[in-house]
Amino acid sequence: MKILIIGATSAIAKASARLYAARKAQLFLIARNEELLIELKEDLMIRGAHSVAYYVLDLSNQKNHGEALEQARQSLEEIDIALLCHGSLPDQETCENDYNRAKEEINVNGLSIISLCTELSKVFKAQQSGVLAAITSVAGDRGRQPNFIYGAAKSMVSTYLQGLRGKLLAHKVHVIDIKPGLVDSPMTSKFDKGLLWSTPELVANRIVRGIDRKNHTVYVPGYWRIIMATVCLIPEFIFKRLKI
Amino acid sequence: MQLHGWGRFPGVTAELLEPPTRESIQKLFGTKKKHGPMIARGAGRSYGDSSLADTVLSSRFLDSFLEFNATTGIIKCGAGVSMGALLTVIIPEGFFAPVLPGTKFVSIGGAIAADIHGKNHHTDGSFCDHVRSFSLLLSSGEIIQCSRDENRDAFLATCGGMGLTGIIINATISLHKVSSVFIKRNSIVAKDLDDCMDLIDQNEDSKHSFAWLDCLARGKSLGRSILHLADHCADGPQQPKSRVSLSVPFGTPRFFLNRLSNKLFNNAIYEMWKHRKNPSIVNYDSYFFPLDNIRNWNRLYGSKGFLQYQFVMPSSSAREGIREILKIVSESSTGSFISVLKKFGNANQNLLSFPTAGYTLALDFKNEPSVFPLLSKLDEVLLAHGGRLYLAKDSRMSEDVFKAAYPNWERFVEIKKTLDPSNTFVSHQSMRLGLTQ
Ligand SMILES: Cc1cc2nc3c(=O)[nH]c(=O)nc-3n(C[C@H](O)[C@H](O)[C@H](O)COP(=O)(O)OP(=O)(O)OC[C@H]3O[C@@H](n4cnc5c(N)ncnc54)[C@H](O)[C@@H]3O)c2cc1C
Ligand SMILES: NC(=O)c1ccc[n+]([C@@H]2O[C@H](COP(=O)([O-])OP(=O)(O)OC[C@H]3O[C@@H](n4cnc5c(N)ncnc54)[C@H](OP(=O)(O)O)[C@@H]3O)[C@@H](O)[C@H]2O)c1
Repeated sequence: MKILIIGATSAIAKASARLYAARKAQLFLIARNEELLIELKEDLMIRGAHSVAYYVLDLSNQKNHGEALEQARQSLEEIDIALLCHGSLPDQETCENDYNRAKEEINVNGLSIISLCTELSKVFKAQQSGVLAAITSVAGDRGRQPNFIYGAAKSMVSTYLQGLRGKLLAHKVHVIDIKPGLVDSPMTSKFDKGLLWSTPELVANRIVRGIDRKNHTVYVPGYWRIIMATVCLIPEFIFKRLKI
Repeated sequence: MQLHGWGRFPGVTAELLEPPTRESIQKLFGTKKKHGPMIARGAGRSYGDSSLADTVLSSRFLDSFLEFNATTGIIKCGAGVSMGALLTVIIPEGFFAPVLPGTKFVSIGGAIAADIHGKNHHTDGSFCDHVRSFSLLLSSGEIIQCSRDENRDAFLATCGGMGLTGIIINATISLHKVSSVFIKRNSIVAKDLDDCMDLIDQNEDSKHSFAWLDCLARGKSLGRSILHLADHCADGPQQPKSRVSLSVPFGTPRFFLNRLSNKLFNNAIYEMWKHRKNPSIVNYDSYFFPLDNIRNWNRLYGSKGFLQYQFVMPSSSAREGIREILKIVSESSTGSFISVLKKFGNANQNLLSFPTAGYTLALDFKNEPSVFPLLSKLDEVLLAHGGRLYLAKDSRMSEDVFKAAYPNWERFVEIKKTLDPSNTFVSHQSMRLGLTQ
């Protein structure tokens, strides 16, 4: 099993990579912190990975996406699964008042994924096989006051993946949208955690299961599908007054 | 946020820091220090307030394996790696953890800080006896290597030192080679305390040994118990089967565990074991971690939680002392209903490690007002018999009782002062015990 993980040092990515390592997968990792990549590589080898290689890249710079993916393709020869995990949770207030900050966040959470998917689609089409999975968020399901910049970027990716799924169907390539709810990871270290929070390990478990089963959209945990469906049912004249 | 140990008592409001990398942990200290006194926290499986403070620093993201030599069985990993994860990695290579506590959900850092013991203490010593070295982050921001040869004082104070010397970042551990992860178990019924202790003494060759003791039995059958002896099977599969796990989703009403239900339960268990065939072959996890597949079983004691009273008494006074303690407990209305008895081998040189040659007994008590005077009474009996309490289980011992039972505490404080002159590492427990201000 040959797996490419992008944003590999994120908590959710790490937990997913460990599950694949236990299955003796061949892994290729892309992330921006080399020290962490070196450590993760050793960790995954000890946990059973067949082989691990990596490429250091700040993903906000689209120019190098092609080069990074070419390295991945050469290293793995064929890519069975590509899992896109990087993301950043910006401060909403700052982004609302500073377009440049908003643009940067939309770039990392949205455009950078679309750039990677563009390149990956070429690889997968050539292979006539593969699974492309990207982590978006329940935040993309409806624009809410506390995080609609992040939400807008995530929903851009979700919409893009829906279309891409159809396009790649004929090429035997499967596309999965993973929508976690609230995850207790470094991204959310400043939040008070309650009942609705899950661990990166649980999310990873569901990602791997979703990929195994070739699901289309995976809400993690599953109850977020119901929560978000409910949130989407709230009439706009009420919703616009809610600060949730 | 609200934090508590495994006993769910005491609960405190604390700031929880969860730095994602070693580097970000290091940045919290030294000249850039922003936080006040704090304590490390691993998996929060200590029962009381050992890992509680106003600021708590989690090792959760120090969860990488760093080096593993599958020939020599030496492994280096982050302090936040859990015992369960360790087993998953080493078992396929034919290795096993040198010492296991009663749950696989502890962290390696917590295992070192409490110098935990297993059911094989009489044969293999405690966890730190198998720790070759570790790196320790001091409050100055410096990371030092500690082993028996290098920074020896820091090693002896940190092993069993309950997080008070610094943050353990990673550790190198010697593993045991095993023939199989399946366990050959012999379970022997003992009619009373003397019978049980005789059987323990006679079976010291068994690698693993512990007894379940029925605390509700009185009079002639005081101390009736089931002794579980075990060795690894000579051969057999290396991969365990996975078990179904259940979970206690929220605190049950406080009347859930009462005297009647406990008595029925104990009788049922006792009868069940009496008729079991010996030996039986079991998965390692059902022998070592019988409670792990009921997640959050600590919630069974209700929202106020519970306390564990685990002590050790020297062999010379243990029979008499334990009988006295069991008598007091069985006559009180607030009894523990099951307890675990086991024999320890010799103590090591670590300054605050719990195990010393003798017998250890662990009793659980629901948290209710009458428990505190009862436990103080037990403390008196304990001290009179030369015993001591386990810090990893403690949430209420007094400073006097601690200092009387741990004669090395002064030496420990001296070393702590050199390692942590700013007195940064402080827990609610260390303040209560007079180990820190
Ligand atoms: C069901 C159950 C069964 C148990 N059985 C046994 C048993 O058989 N034998 C036994 O000895 N113990 C046993 N224990 C107790 C347990 O092994 C110890 O409390 C152990 O310390 C828990 O590890 P933890 O990672 O949860 O640590 P925590 O509870 O999070 O912390 C415990 C102590 O370790 C310190 N610490 C944690 N991580 C670090 C670090 N990185 N650096 C410095 N200090 C650190 C903390 O400051 C604290 O003082 C049992 C506990 C439970 C819940
Ligand atoms: N946590 C949640 O509640 C939650 C909920 C829904 C969805 N998600 C999504 O889940 C995914 C994983 O997040 P997580 O929870 O695991 O958080 P995390 O551990 O903070 O991971 C985020 C990762 O993104 C990386 N990253 C950010 N900007 C980057 C850039 N420009 N170039 C390269 N890497 C970059 C970060 O790298 P560094 O480590 O180098 O900073 C980090 O590894 C994200 O897409 C997130 O949006 C999270």
